[in-house]
Amino acid sequence: MPEAVHHHHPALAHHFDDLEQQKEAATLGMWVFLVTEVLFFGGLFLVYTVYRAWYSEAFAVASHELDVTLGTINTAVLITSSLTMALAVHAAQLGQRRLVIIFLVATMALGAAFLGIKSIEYYHKFTEHHVPGPSFAFEPHEYARHAQIFFSLYFIMTGLHALHMVIGLGIMTWMLWWAWRGTITAEYYSPIEVSGLYWHFVDIVWIFLFPLLYLIGRHVH
Amino acid sequence: MSTEHVVPTRVYYTIFGILMLCTYLTVQIAVFDLGALNTIAALVIAVFKATLVVLFFMHVKYSTRLTWAVVLGSVFWLGIMLALTMSDYLTRAWMTFG
Repeated sequence: MPEAVHHHHPALAHHFDDLEQQKEAATLGMWVFLVTEVLFFGGLFLVYTVYRAWYSEAFAVASHELDVTLGTINTAVLITSSLTMALAVHAAQLGQRRLVIIFLVATMALGAAFLGIKSIEYYHKFTEHHVPGPSFAFEPHEYARHAQIFFSLYFIMTGLHALHMVIGLGIMTWMLWWAWRGTITAEYYSPIEVSGLYWHFVDIVWIFLFPLLYLIGRHVH
Repeated sequence: MSTEHVVPTRVYYTIFGILMLCTYLTVQIAVFDLGALNTIAALVIAVFKATLVVLFFMHVKYSTRLTWAVVLGSVFWLGIMLALTMSDYLTRAWMTFG
């Protein structure tokens, strides 16, 4: 018994009562996905914790080989990208199409800068023979075997994080297209909102990776 | 539109400032040899930063109770995984000394 003729927004899917409910469902769905991501990265942090508890000295010495300056710059770059992402969502809520586009482009540029700096670090690790495998070499020699475990974890964890960044850049390209063609409005901004949730999550993973990988050996000489 | 909440941009800039300050702090603290406190300090700062991102950038502060339950649930299950596994690994040597 319709009390009034419902004004249907073109973005409203038929199985939702209204856009509000649709947005809540989208947010909840993204959070449920992020729970699986927390446990996915959580498993890696668990492996890190076990090995670090066993070989804490070797881990500290190996960590000392990482470039703290580049790591710190990258942390700042990623936090700034989270700010521009939050501002993109804010602009989307207010239906400011131009600002959404500007902040999405800024977020993508910072994300690309992060990956660029990361690749410089990877390159250094290759030239220093710190990539696990047959050509791995580490001084002092007595730490070499356990240092290789540290660098294995370093590459797996930062590599999977970087993969998430690449996927994030893909999502942002998609959102940029939607913002550009006018799909994103003040009534329908949940795609930007949930993309932002993903982006911020990847930032949080780095917030933990940075001190646990780069800083544990800083006081070792 | 009851749950819709447009956060003023100054909140985002403030959070950004605190996150940057915490990054600086964590890098500076790591220089000093504090023993086990190094890791604890690094983790306390990281958890604080992550909490700010979740509450403000990810809008959980303004979200429904269901979202809160899901977010806290992920942390809880992560805690179970870490605590139970470490209680095993860290106590394996006890037998040999007993």
